[in-house]
Amino acid sequence: MRNFAVLGISCWSGFMLMALELLSGRILAPTFGSSIYVWGAIITIFMLALSIGYLIGGKLSMSEPQIKVLCGLHLLSGLLLLPILAFEGPVLDGIFDYTQDPRLGSLIASVILFFLPAVVCGTVAPYAVRLLVKDHKDAGFYAGLQFFFSTSFSAAGTLLTSFYFVLIFEVNQILLLLMGMTIAMATTAFLISRRSA
Amino acid sequence: MKHAVKYLALSLMGAALWAQPAAAELRTIHSEKSLYRNIFVTEDGDLRCLTFRRASAGTRQTCITLKDPLYLYFPYARMMMGALYLNPDPKHVLIIGLGGGTLPMGIRSLMPDAEIDVVEIDAAVVKAAREYFTFKDDPKLKVHVEDGRVFVKKTMKTNTKYDLIMLDAFEDDYIPEHLLTQEFLQEVKSIMTPGGVIAANTFSSSGLYPYESATYASVFGKFYNLKAANRVIWAQNGELASQATVDANATALESKLEQRGVNHGMLMLMLNGRDDWDPKTRVLTDQYSPSNILNSQKK
Repeated sequence: MRNFAVLGISCWSGFMLMALELLSGRILAPTFGSSIYVWGAIITIFMLALSIGYLIGGKLSMSEPQIKVLCGLHLLSGLLLLPILAFEGPVLDGIFDYTQDPRLGSLIASVILFFLPAVVCGTVAPYAVRLLVKDHKDAGFYAGLQFFFSTSFSAAGTLLTSFYFVLIFEVNQILLLLMGMTIAMATTAFLISRRSA
Repeated sequence: MKHAVKYLALSLMGAALWAQPAAAELRTIHSEKSLYRNIFVTEDGDLRCLTFRRASAGTRQTCITLKDPLYLYFPYARMMMGALYLNPDPKHVLIIGLGGGTLPMGIRSLMPDAEIDVVEIDAAVVKAAREYFTFKDDPKLKVHVEDGRVFVKKTMKTNTKYDLIMLDAFEDDYIPEHLLTQEFLQEVKSIMTPGGVIAANTFSSSGLYPYESATYASVFGKFYNLKAANRVIWAQNGELASQATVDANATALESKLEQRGVNHGMLMLMLNGRDDWDPKTRVLTDQYSPSNILNSQKK
């Protein structure tokens, strides 16, 4: 039951991350266009954030790993979508006043808007692996399982967002939906793990 | 028997040669992979074309006839140039999307003193237009290699206004979605002079049609809607020129435009006077702009 909760969070974290990355292109396009530089900046910042998140998550998992910490990290990644919703407009206007170069501008915008939620998404993977592994002989198996679920749900998040969600919802509605689902997932996982503990 | 085989082979070869000329003449004289797409320049007799993605005729962006490069080969280019009927003497022109450069060259040849800004996202397209399509910069004709929306946003920070804006940034089946939203059109409108004209080259028959129409109507109100294989919208910042004004301007321009292939009567036949879309259609915005998905759907 506990593993179920850990993998559930892994799935949704992967889904949310890639849905966010896809939307970030839409969020930046009105200000910095959709040239190859803008996508380059977005992907760079997401990759950088994830790599730092992996380090932090791994470090956190060293001392008394508990599922409620994983739930907390997941909840935090969802809550960090709120600043995007609240400040996207003024942040982008401010950056455009400062620089009109799409390369620098979209790098700065990606750092301010998307860096923190992506870092926190990154912490989930190593922390989840640590919770799943009981014996070092199983470490590779559980790491593979965690990567499988989070990455396949990343694929689903990308596809559903780009093919279907954008056809029905506004960008901000999708962000709210992602945020709501993340909070719900973190809460459900927390309740499940408490009951089974 | 041997002779018969030889004869058969020869006659087959002959048939093949006979059948070939039309297809074999389409030569690719330049090809290049740019940051955004594959670019081909093809030649078929007197016709030279710029093609994206594949060297087949289906995706031609621009064509010129070598003996008269100023002749507008594609109906859409004539429809775009027809926007001069609304304002026959623009002094300051913005063209978003270069292609082979037939629109800026056409405007330049008609208005030697007009200041023209061209925005093109792909530097390789600019190079191809210069080398293969007689496109030429001059002190009053500048090319800016950047995203169209970024250029418009930058212009908003200055006092620059345009009398004529030509939007020609859509590929045969790809739309930069941030160039077809209510916010973008409002930004464009804000850099137009009072009475300034916008001509937009878009699509005539897909699921996108009503959405695009509702979006243009939400910003410009009534507009002229020309439909052929492409769709061209003529709209104005302020009151739309009356049919009488259009006809009068067309008559005045006739001698210059006729030789380019722009025919007043033909364009008026393409004019669609009715608002043939559901007025309750959802407007495309920066928050909601699934233009490419809508464009791939049937009407």
